[in-house]
Amino acid sequence: MKGLFLLALKLLLGDRGKFATLVIGISFAVFLMMQMTSMFFGIIQHSAANIINIGARMWVLDPAIRTPLNSIPMPGYILDAVRSIPGVEYAEPLYMGAGLVHLDDGTYQPVTIIGLDDATLMGRPDLVAGKILDIYRTNAFFVVKDGNYAKLGSPGIGTTFEINDHRGMIAGIAQVPLGSLFGIPTLYTTYTRATEDLPPTRYSISYILVQPKSAQDIPKIEEQVRNLGYLALTDQEFIRRNDQFYEFQTAMGINILIMTLISFIVGLSIAGETFYMFVLDNLERFGALKAIGARGSDLVRMIVFQALVVGFLGYGFGVLFSSALIGFSRLRIPNYAAVINYQNLLLAFGMVLVISVVSSYIGIRRVIRIDPFDVFRS
Amino acid sequence: MIEVRSISKWFGEGSARTCAVRDASFSVGHGEMLYIVGPSGSGKTTLLSIISGILRPDSGSVTVNGVDIWSLDSDALADFRLRTVGFVFQDYHLFPRLSALENVAIPLVLRRERWETGLEAAHRSLEAVGLASREALSPKKLSGGEQQRVAIARAIVAAPDLLIFDEPTASLDGDTGKKIVGFVRDNILNGQRAIIIVTHDERIYEFASRILHMEDGQMTGELEKIP
Repeated sequence: MKGLFLLALKLLLGDRGKFATLVIGISFAVFLMMQMTSMFFGIIQHSAANIINIGARMWVLDPAIRTPLNSIPMPGYILDAVRSIPGVEYAEPLYMGAGLVHLDDGTYQPVTIIGLDDATLMGRPDLVAGKILDIYRTNAFFVVKDGNYAKLGSPGIGTTFEINDHRGMIAGIAQVPLGSLFGIPTLYTTYTRATEDLPPTRYSISYILVQPKSAQDIPKIEEQVRNLGYLALTDQEFIRRNDQFYEFQTAMGINILIMTLISFIVGLSIAGETFYMFVLDNLERFGALKAIGARGSDLVRMIVFQALVVGFLGYGFGVLFSSALIGFSRLRIPNYAAVINYQNLLLAFGMVLVISVVSSYIGIRRVIRIDPFDVFRS
Repeated sequence: MIEVRSISKWFGEGSARTCAVRDASFSVGHGEMLYIVGPSGSGKTTLLSIISGILRPDSGSVTVNGVDIWSLDSDALADFRLRTVGFVFQDYHLFPRLSALENVAIPLVLRRERWETGLEAAHRSLEAVGLASREALSPKKLSGGEQQRVAIARAIVAAPDLLIFDEPTASLDGDTGKKIVGFVRDNILNGQRAIIIVTHDERIYEFASRILHMEDGQMTGELEKIP
């Protein structure tokens, strides 16, 4: 069998022009598919950055909230009610809102302000500079050092600034797993200071972060919160809710799906047509092989093998080019929202398999119909 | 060794239906070099295809070494061709992107021999036809006579009992054609092997053991060899 595949490989590599066209065509299609899906997954992932960065096991929120980038404040009694639910280990309020930092050059920079519960600091980030207790210092804020850090002038500890007409001071520099989607710097402070500094609304709790006693308590907590007219979600459920918002309630999901399908069709067209031409060019040889004694199944194996070789090579090059471009883009734009994960790798791989199978099927149909008698008649 | 009995083959449908071979019968023994001759369109190639297990006849039987080949299923028939028949096609049908050595190894590769084993046997086969020194070249770089010899090496590499030649001199000049067929009779034909050659080239009749004449799909008799 190895010899048969080696023969198939030599026939494939022998026609360098068509071989290169096939590999380049599939690489291009994979590159496009990877770019599209990487952007999609990147946007989805970065849009859920706050859920991931804060890291609470459960979140209580207004049922109208679809994505953590928007919050609807809840009255304080909800916090008390949640705390009283059996199965809740502890529950703390979280404030999330937007502020304006007045920069030294006179311009304003929008920021996301996250106010952590004063007593527990639940959801606090890791610090790369400063001490966690410094958050209690007068006007203290922790700034997140991510791709947007420079937009605040890369402030060090002790730097003072003006935020919503209040004085602020950098007391620590934090790091988080994911940068925000819209390129806005993030500041952490205490819940109390956040609600003092930002324009007051009737209610101030954006979210309630809940630590259940055990995983078995989660359904009961969700039900009890539902009875209060609110929604309790685990972090994963909240991330899925956010994903679904972007996938189905914005045009982004469908547009990227269309672009992915177009790149698939482009790849299928190039690979299918070129492979068919390759088979047509070699039809006489396949006929000779059949006359000599090759079984139909041997020819099918050879063609499938050839299609898979170009498919896998194209896949490899496509992923390589896509990774290189994303890597290069990240060097230029630290928060570049594109990720290569197992999902888009599998999706592109699946599409390459489909391209290979369809291309080889077209070729196989032609080869199977060859009458070896034609070899004599030629 | 080969018994051809009452073979008939028709092509086309309705009023376009024509008889390519009608009630052909003959036999070929080991060590025999049988020519089937006749004008173009007389049914020689059709008959050759039927004998070699490529084209199914409408009636009659072909028995090779006691086996009625047209009672075999398609896979068994492919195995029969692979193990019992060696083909030298009119246009050689060599693979231009493989070397001469790799071309010769193809029947062994199809028999699931290891690639290296196939190449070793191919080298011996090319040696037998005097082309070992040219084995690394692509067929495109070989002359017509050399390509013919590569095709012969490919046909004999798996030591088949029956060799089939379709118009072996059609693409060669007179001298080269005679040399090749003479070489085949002197070096390739042996007591365990039969060779059937379809030709209308009278210049090579001298090498035949027997010559059968065909016309309009019918065997019209045996020709005397022209010295």
